[in-house]
Amino acid sequence: MNLESIPLQAFLIVSSALFCIGIWGLLNSRNAVRVLMSIELMLNAVNINLMAFSSYIDNNLIQGQVFTIFVITVAAAEAAVGLAILLSLYRNRVTVDMESFNLLKW
Amino acid sequence: MSIAITTQLICFTVLSLVVIIGALGVVLLESIVYSAFLLGGVFMSVAGLYLLLNASFVAAAQVLVYVGAVNVLIIFAIMLVNKKEDLKPINDIKSRRVISTSICLTLLSLLIRVDLTNVWSLSSPQNSIGEESTIRIGEHLFSDYLLPFEVASVLLLMAMIGAIVLARRDVMSKDISTGLPVDQELIEKSSEPLLTNKN
Repeated sequence: MNLESIPLQAFLIVSSALFCIGIWGLLNSRNAVRVLMSIELMLNAVNINLMAFSSYIDNNLIQGQVFTIFVITVAAAEAAVGLAILLSLYRNRVTVDMESFNLLKW
Repeated sequence: MSIAITTQLICFTVLSLVVIIGALGVVLLESIVYSAFLLGGVFMSVAGLYLLLNASFVAAAQVLVYVGAVNVLIIFAIMLVNKKEDLKPINDIKSRRVISTSICLTLLSLLIRVDLTNVWSLSSPQNSIGEESTIRIGEHLFSDYLLPFEVASVLLLMAMIGAIVLARRDVMSKDISTGLPVDQELIEKSSEPLLTNKN
């Protein structure tokens, strides 16, 4: 990349901000669906990071893009299983409030 | 990259603003439905960022998988569980908010510091394969990443079966122990909720 293009740091800062927003949502959401959405946000932040590095540092072999495709695959599987767990949890406890899922609390 | 640098900068600024503001909306808005639609917007803008990075195949995969599958799945889940409920108040919610926000801001400042101070060994743009990236991804997937590729297909099959098993509603016509016909109403509405009064 020549000097007149977008710096790598700009992409990294966007992905850092997205990741921290995802963590904040994960910690503060009461709704279980919103927790899953926050996890998707964090996965997207990681993907932006991988893509930026693959374009700026490894722009011939682009292994970062292959990794991003695998991350997208795993994220799709995770979303399907997570929402299925959420549905069966809702069926048993009739709520999606994270504070009421305290079965594992000692 | 054939687009002029000013166009690139304008596109990057707009897309990043949409990503950040959309993500803030996803976690901060009251209505979960608005959050889900904003999440779709965030996914689309991330795909735009991938296009800026010369990765058309991954951008298409992002739109297809995230916007077309994950976001639709989330909206369906919201439709199935969207019940107005009064949340139990938590007594130490203020301190919880303060602690989590400060942790996130600290992490953000650390990450930005690393981003800005580290000296990245950027490679020369002459090596860039640019438009050929789709071909290169295909070569990777069928040579050195063949095993992860096959394992990913098994993972997707397992996730599909697991989701079906977990989300299936087992309704039988007769009760197994008594032999009486089972009430076929919606289980969520008719049955006593299990385990809700634990604490």
